[in-house]
Amino acid sequence: MSTGTAPAAVETPWRRLDRRMLVVGPISLLVRVVPLVAVLLLTGQGDPIRVWMAAGAAVAAVIAGVLRWRTTRYRITPERVELHSGWLNRQRRSVPRDRIRTIDLTAKLLHRAFGLSVVRVSAATAGTPGNGAGLSLDAVSKAEAERLRRVLLDLSPVATDPADPAAPVAQAPPSQELARLRWAWLRYAPLTFSSLAGMGAIVATAFNVLDDLGLDPRDLRAVDETAEQLSAAPLYVAVVVVGLALLVLLVVGALLLFAERWYAYRLTREPDGTLRVRRGLLTRRSLSVSERRLRGAEVVEPVLLRLGRGAQARAVSTGLAGDSQGGALQPPTPRAEAHRVASAALRVHPAEITRAPLLRHPRAALTRRMVRAIGPAVVLAAAAFGVGALLGTDWLGPVVLALVPLAALVGWDRYRNLGHQLTGGFLVARAGSLVRRTVALQRGGVIGWTFRQTIFQRRSGLVSLEAVTAAGRGGYAVTDVGALDAVDLADATVPDLLGPFRLPAASGAEHPPGDLPAQRAGRGPQERLHHG
Amino acid sequence: MDSGATAVPTTRPAVPGVPPPLRPPAHQVSPVAVRWWRLRALLLLAVLLVPQVVAMIAFGFPAASWLIGAAAATAVLVGAWAVLVPRLLFRIHRWEVTDEAVYTLSGWLVREWRIAPISRVQTVDTAHGPLQQLLGLATVTVTTASARGPVKISGLAADDATELARTLTETTQATPGDAT
Repeated sequence: MSTGTAPAAVETPWRRLDRRMLVVGPISLLVRVVPLVAVLLLTGQGDPIRVWMAAGAAVAAVIAGVLRWRTTRYRITPERVELHSGWLNRQRRSVPRDRIRTIDLTAKLLHRAFGLSVVRVSAATAGTPGNGAGLSLDAVSKAEAERLRRVLLDLSPVATDPADPAAPVAQAPPSQELARLRWAWLRYAPLTFSSLAGMGAIVATAFNVLDDLGLDPRDLRAVDETAEQLSAAPLYVAVVVVGLALLVLLVVGALLLFAERWYAYRLTREPDGTLRVRRGLLTRRSLSVSERRLRGAEVVEPVLLRLGRGAQARAVSTGLAGDSQGGALQPPTPRAEAHRVASAALRVHPAEITRAPLLRHPRAALTRRMVRAIGPAVVLAAAAFGVGALLGTDWLGPVVLALVPLAALVGWDRYRNLGHQLTGGFLVARAGSLVRRTVALQRGGVIGWTFRQTIFQRRSGLVSLEAVTAAGRGGYAVTDVGALDAVDLADATVPDLLGPFRLPAASGAEHPPGDLPAQRAGRGPQERLHHG
Repeated sequence: MDSGATAVPTTRPAVPGVPPPLRPPAHQVSPVAVRWWRLRALLLLAVLLVPQVVAMIAFGFPAASWLIGAAAATAVLVGAWAVLVPRLLFRIHRWEVTDEAVYTLSGWLVREWRIAPISRVQTVDTAHGPLQQLLGLATVTVTTASARGPVKISGLAADDATELARTLTETTQATPGDAT
């Protein structure tokens, strides 16, 4: 079995999804046809054809659910995970086990009620970089999901017999807890953009539902009376009241969303060498990242969160492209906690990764940041003055002009945040103002370089260096660094790769390419940069 | 408190006008590529001009004065591009494959140096577009495990491209590991 020969693969029996899917599958499909059925029944006034159509849709949903269960089979051979599904349109998916990067277990409310869980397997596959490949088992029992998670991410795939469903979960050695939810972190909930966007979605959905039900909020007596009182009051009072009401709504919504997403959050290191994030109130989620595939960590600070001294740590790993939270290892937390979690996940001191003392980029980068921030604002203001003059709305120009100092502030902040450092094992880079990201990328995870220089950058001697990697967003930039430093940095990060392509005696090459041991040691060349 | 305040040590000041100190890759693309880039520019010109001519005919002569101006400007700009830029591109575009790495330089306004280690190469594709087929050219795309990583060498002579793809495939197959 250990050699994984073909006969062994043939012997592996096929398995079906959990039997309870015979109930859950049809129900979840029925839920989807509810709007159609409702429309048919409500608009038809008891028209028999419409009633039959509605009944037909419901029956079709049930049959489809049953068929899906009947035709879906999966198995785990020593080398591959295979999934066959579909009846008329047969699909066969197969993922090599050594390409599996992350396992995501999701249980929505309905699934949870029946003790089921959806298993999503993400893999990196040659030829389809980035978006990766994978498959999803919708759904298996919780115990089976747990077993699959362990078997599929196990470093030694043959240690557990994949054909043995009775492999007990309870006997697993204890996992190490790296972090758990503290409700005090709720204070960061209103400071994240994603929660604001989520709130917008919820409000829009609520309005849609009300609209679908034929309800107009203005029909409600309390709403109507309030609206009348507001329209009687002076304009600024109305603006303040409505603004405050919206703010309260946003805050409450953000708190609720935080609770739904991060309830029972736990970050653990499992004995099988995976990092596991468990969270969720109604929809339970569990994301497992193979530590072997972890290429670094990122501390993300959206501007509001940064002003509130909060941050969020994310994993930089392959196979996270489809994750809605971008590989978040934690909810928004105090900044120190974010750095701590990043360091705990990577097993290195924070000063080696996201807390490393960064080198500031040359002054020319400040000029470039300022031009790029202020330029569009000035153009916009000029356009606003033009439009204002044309339409006779004189206030438009000055209002937009107020954007210019704001843009200058952002540009200055972006420069201030630019920085990089090479530590013993990591390339650390920071950039951004509205969303500041500090990324620590394993030096071994860099699989290529891109140096990019526009004609403007060339004039000021700057280069944007991008470290190409298989993990995370695929490339992490060191923005606007001096041209000579960019090459030195890349050469020092991955020794031996750049050497043959460097100009032998360029004006800035103070140390020859043969100077590798010092560069491997870490900060050597960088320190020399600013002392010399 | 704010780690931003600690970023005080600064890198060397940037020297104006300096490109990264990397030597250009060894090989140029096929000289025929100049014709390919020119043809592409002419195609673009056609795509831009045809609607303008149609508009001129549709609106008749009184409305056409500024339309003629726009059309003339388009023709001059794209024509100048077609005459001047392809030669520049030919001078800039270079590539090189060593036993360790694939190295390319491309771009006119935004210059790009790309380096990918051979050990991380996953697939090598050769593509011939219709124009390229006409001129006997090909594009070789070297893909690594990264979404941002594909290294493209376009405007190669078709035979060279096939040969390059073959040697690259052989080299990568000889290298163990899953390239991530």
